[in-house]
Amino acid sequence: MTNAPHNAKRTVGWMGIHRGHKARPAEWLAEKFIFLVSLTAILMVFLIFVFVAREALPLVLGRMNSAAARPAISMAEFDQLKPADQQLYLELTPAEFKRMDKEALHSLVEVRLEEAKEAPKDKDAKVNTTEWRYLFGAHEWSDSRPEDRYVWQPIGRIHKYNLWPLIIGSLKTTAVALLFSVPLAIAAAIYVSQLSSPTLKEWLKPAIELLSGVPSVVLGFFGLIVMATFLQGVFGYQSRLNAFVAGIALGLAVIPVVFSIAEDALTSVPRSYTQAALALGASKWQAAWQIVLPAAAPGVFAAVVLGFGRAIGETMVVLMASGNASIMSLSLFDSTRSITATIAAELAEAVFGGHHYRMLFLIGAMLFIVTFLTNLAGDLIMHRLKGRLEGRTK
Amino acid sequence: MNSSPPQPARLDFRSRGFDFASFAFTGVTGLATLFILAILAIIIANVVWHGWSTFSWRFLTTGMTTDTGVAKDMFNAEEAGVLPMIIGTALRVLVMTLFVVPIGVITAIYLTEYAHSTALTTRIIRGAVNNLAGVPSIVFGLFGLGFFISFIGGAMDAGRAEPHWGKPAILWASLTLAVMTLPLVIVATEESLRAITPGLREASLALGATKLETILKIVLPEALPGILTGGILAVGRAGGEVAPILFTGAAYYMRDLPKAPTDQFMDLGYHVFILSTQSPDIEKTRPILFATVLALLLLTLSLNLIAVLVRARVRKKMRAGH
Repeated sequence: MTNAPHNAKRTVGWMGIHRGHKARPAEWLAEKFIFLVSLTAILMVFLIFVFVAREALPLVLGRMNSAAARPAISMAEFDQLKPADQQLYLELTPAEFKRMDKEALHSLVEVRLEEAKEAPKDKDAKVNTTEWRYLFGAHEWSDSRPEDRYVWQPIGRIHKYNLWPLIIGSLKTTAVALLFSVPLAIAAAIYVSQLSSPTLKEWLKPAIELLSGVPSVVLGFFGLIVMATFLQGVFGYQSRLNAFVAGIALGLAVIPVVFSIAEDALTSVPRSYTQAALALGASKWQAAWQIVLPAAAPGVFAAVVLGFGRAIGETMVVLMASGNASIMSLSLFDSTRSITATIAAELAEAVFGGHHYRMLFLIGAMLFIVTFLTNLAGDLIMHRLKGRLEGRTK
Repeated sequence: MNSSPPQPARLDFRSRGFDFASFAFTGVTGLATLFILAILAIIIANVVWHGWSTFSWRFLTTGMTTDTGVAKDMFNAEEAGVLPMIIGTALRVLVMTLFVVPIGVITAIYLTEYAHSTALTTRIIRGAVNNLAGVPSIVFGLFGLGFFISFIGGAMDAGRAEPHWGKPAILWASLTLAVMTLPLVIVATEESLRAITPGLREASLALGATKLETILKIVLPEALPGILTGGILAVGRAGGEVAPILFTGAAYYMRDLPKAPTDQFMDLGYHVFILSTQSPDIEKTRPILFATVLALLLLTLSLNLIAVLVRARVRKKMRAGH
């Protein structure tokens, strides 16, 4: 080591390729192995996206048809199609298509023809509800009330997959959760990091972080069994389980997230800032409010962003405490159903590989993209803030 | 960086006799802190208060079937027990630890001992770790189903008529949870590795030890408490998670305990969900529900408490070292 030249690489060379190093193949191998293992986290984020999106892909590409009455063609017409078109018509995967002989294909065509004969004849029977305009646009369905133009109803004759009730449901509970938890968590973060004595801080910080050790199913249980009754008694609304109850319970899950990130940001503001303010005659709260908080503002914002990501992705709390009715309503006191709760409640019943199954993966992939972006934003903000605060003191 | 320090428009730092604003500000933020702690205390007290009477040795050590093999009514407080759920949860967490701790520790070693802190690869790994920590738990469930069960399990089943691997199982649930808790282990281990004074490493290198020897014989033994914290935190977090195992292995009811990695299992957290939402008579189920929640809370909170205490010691050492 002592003989190493100045420009020696940090890495150990293979069999002493870099001059001045001893041959250490074991070290070299170990380092490469450690590096490869450390890529697992990247690989996992990548795989999560790929494999959730993969299940949703046929839907995105418009390969799925959920219509009650699908178009059917006669046997002669089918034989004239190219193999690729035949596969598309029968909605088979390439592997399945390869495995089948001509007879098996023909029997499938027969089944389709019979289905077409027995299919209902009303105006919505031929609608493929998995098309984008039915996912996001309004449509007056023949078998539901005229005012229900935005409906998520994946059961019955026509599977309706309008996403707005779920998106609004998720946003409603998230909004309540953030309005409840963010002021509390940030105030607590200011108190713990700036105003409390060091001894008190040693106790307060772990105690609040203990809240993150309460499993979300327990928070959901608490919201469902205890808080729902209590809050209904106080506010006197109609439906016992609603976006408000779920939002408050969800807030309990968000508090530790916002608290620890905001506290981290506030603590990373150099002590010299506060000391300078105090020396100029400021009181402790003036230093905290007018000096430290503005300096750490991006970090506090990052805490809120990451709290949003946590709230919109939380499942069990919302599944248990929100009532789970997919009603299109802006009222906080109506029963609501979120994106996460829909996946949790419906995936077990969805036919493997069917359009309902793929639709649930699609909303899962959308959720992943939203949380990916919020995490990325929060991470970048924190990184830049810390770089700025540390760079200035050095 | 040339951005100017934050300059609020008006700084009014004159001192007065009784500073009401200071009093109010400290009061409000202090009360917010107290309020959060009060909610935590209320949750725990409520669960202990209602669950204590049913929470007995019999409750913890009886299963869901009678001696003659007849299924018990799982919603009836008089006869039901949670032994299979405790075993199921313990098993899945144990298998998860076997996967997540080695990978997490090795990643942390790379990040602290080998990587350049400013290199692009390091930034990307760190970003991925932070991002993984924020992926919704239900998305992990979808991932477990799409990747472990249909893709890997499906591939292992090639040529088999009936799915053996390609169905929900304790192995897949554990692997899904291992992916989910990876960031926890990495962050905790990294923190404890950074707490070790550079002098210790330099001394070892100066005595002629190679880098690998230094890591294995000096750094890792020193960091053991931190690695332990990471493992405990991961177990505490995974022990209570329900969403990722909903489709990857948890069963509503099973007659027998899981015997093979491909068996499904009953789970404590999932059982809380079942008891609170599926019961035909919630009043009759209430005692057993609270007792089950108490068992789950005892498990997760005690693990978290241990982790917090170990971590506090590590942080103290870090301050003393620098």
